[in-house]
Amino acid sequence: MKTISYILLFFLTVSSVAFADGYEVGDKATDFKLKNTDGSWVSLSDFKDAKGFVVVFTCNGCPYAQAYQERIMNIDKIYKPKGYPVIAINSNDVDIKPDDSLREMKKRSEEMGYTFPYLKDDKDNIFKKYGATKTPHVFVLQKSGKDLVVKYIGAIDNNYEDSSKVTEPYLADALDALIAGKDPKPNFTRAIGCTIKTKE
Amino acid sequence: MVAGLMSLLLLPSRLSSQPDVLTFDEFEPYLHHQSDTLYVLNFWATWCTPCVKEIPALEKIREEYSNKNLRVILVSLDFPKQIESRLIPFLGQYSIHSEVIVLNDPDSNRWIEKVDPDWSGSIPATLIYHKDSREFYERSFTYDELKIVINSKINEL
Repeated sequence: MKTISYILLFFLTVSSVAFADGYEVGDKATDFKLKNTDGSWVSLSDFKDAKGFVVVFTCNGCPYAQAYQERIMNIDKIYKPKGYPVIAINSNDVDIKPDDSLREMKKRSEEMGYTFPYLKDDKDNIFKKYGATKTPHVFVLQKSGKDLVVKYIGAIDNNYEDSSKVTEPYLADALDALIAGKDPKPNFTRAIGCTIKTKE
Repeated sequence: MVAGLMSLLLLPSRLSSQPDVLTFDEFEPYLHHQSDTLYVLNFWATWCTPCVKEIPALEKIREEYSNKNLRVILVSLDFPKQIESRLIPFLGQYSIHSEVIVLNDPDSNRWIEKVDPDWSGSIPATLIYHKDSREFYERSFTYDELKIVINSKINEL
């Protein structure tokens, strides 16, 4: 029994470390082909004129994701014309979170008037490749030749509760830096968020 | 008259179940207690489904180890406006007797790495520590899994 306990303990420790995998700033990001709420399939390669992307892992129900819905819309409004459109991805397993079905996502997208794709990461586990652990979780990518290079990972800003009290608009600052030909500083931030729900 | 008396009787227990609401600076000492106790700090919120699912396991652990040097602290990240409407009713409904505090500090990028350098910020997350020996789990636990971890640590005390 004791041996089994130690094996399990080892597994517990390893699995919590393995979960931290994913991209770091400077890594090349993968493209994907995911279903949008309008029924179309969306890949980053479809956006020929984009200079990069704001990939946001989000969902319908998480209070933090909800707190940022409008701020994400604002980012798209300001930065899509500058070459950095928002691509929202919902990776929650529908069996665990029925509220995150494509149908419910379509409803949310229409209610809010999303101006960006809201994609269902159903079986591709794109969030695992990126290393997204929670919602919202942002990855800013920049095109470099044929590659997509990760330039910023983390939070949208430093106050989920009250957008008027934000003193560090991390994401907007990162995008402004890229547009000015600089590297974002900071290029990595953290925020509390809801775990992306999947079956083990 | 009877109602008035009842409310007087009920008042103290209601007040004592009101969790403290702390900024990170006020909360930080909880991460560095030096007493000969195994601290289990669970970061959670009532709106977080996997968190709510593991709360009974934590509560059971607290009960089972009540004669050991183990202290379970449930660190709620519920929003302040939901303390009355959601958190307190939840604690009553699930008969939670563990210590509960609310950590309310929206500038989380400033403090997440002070809890653990590897924490991305998702919940549930659990910090288990005894003095300077620390382990951090950004995941959820079943009762059995938690018990294995606790047993391996409590034997070191």
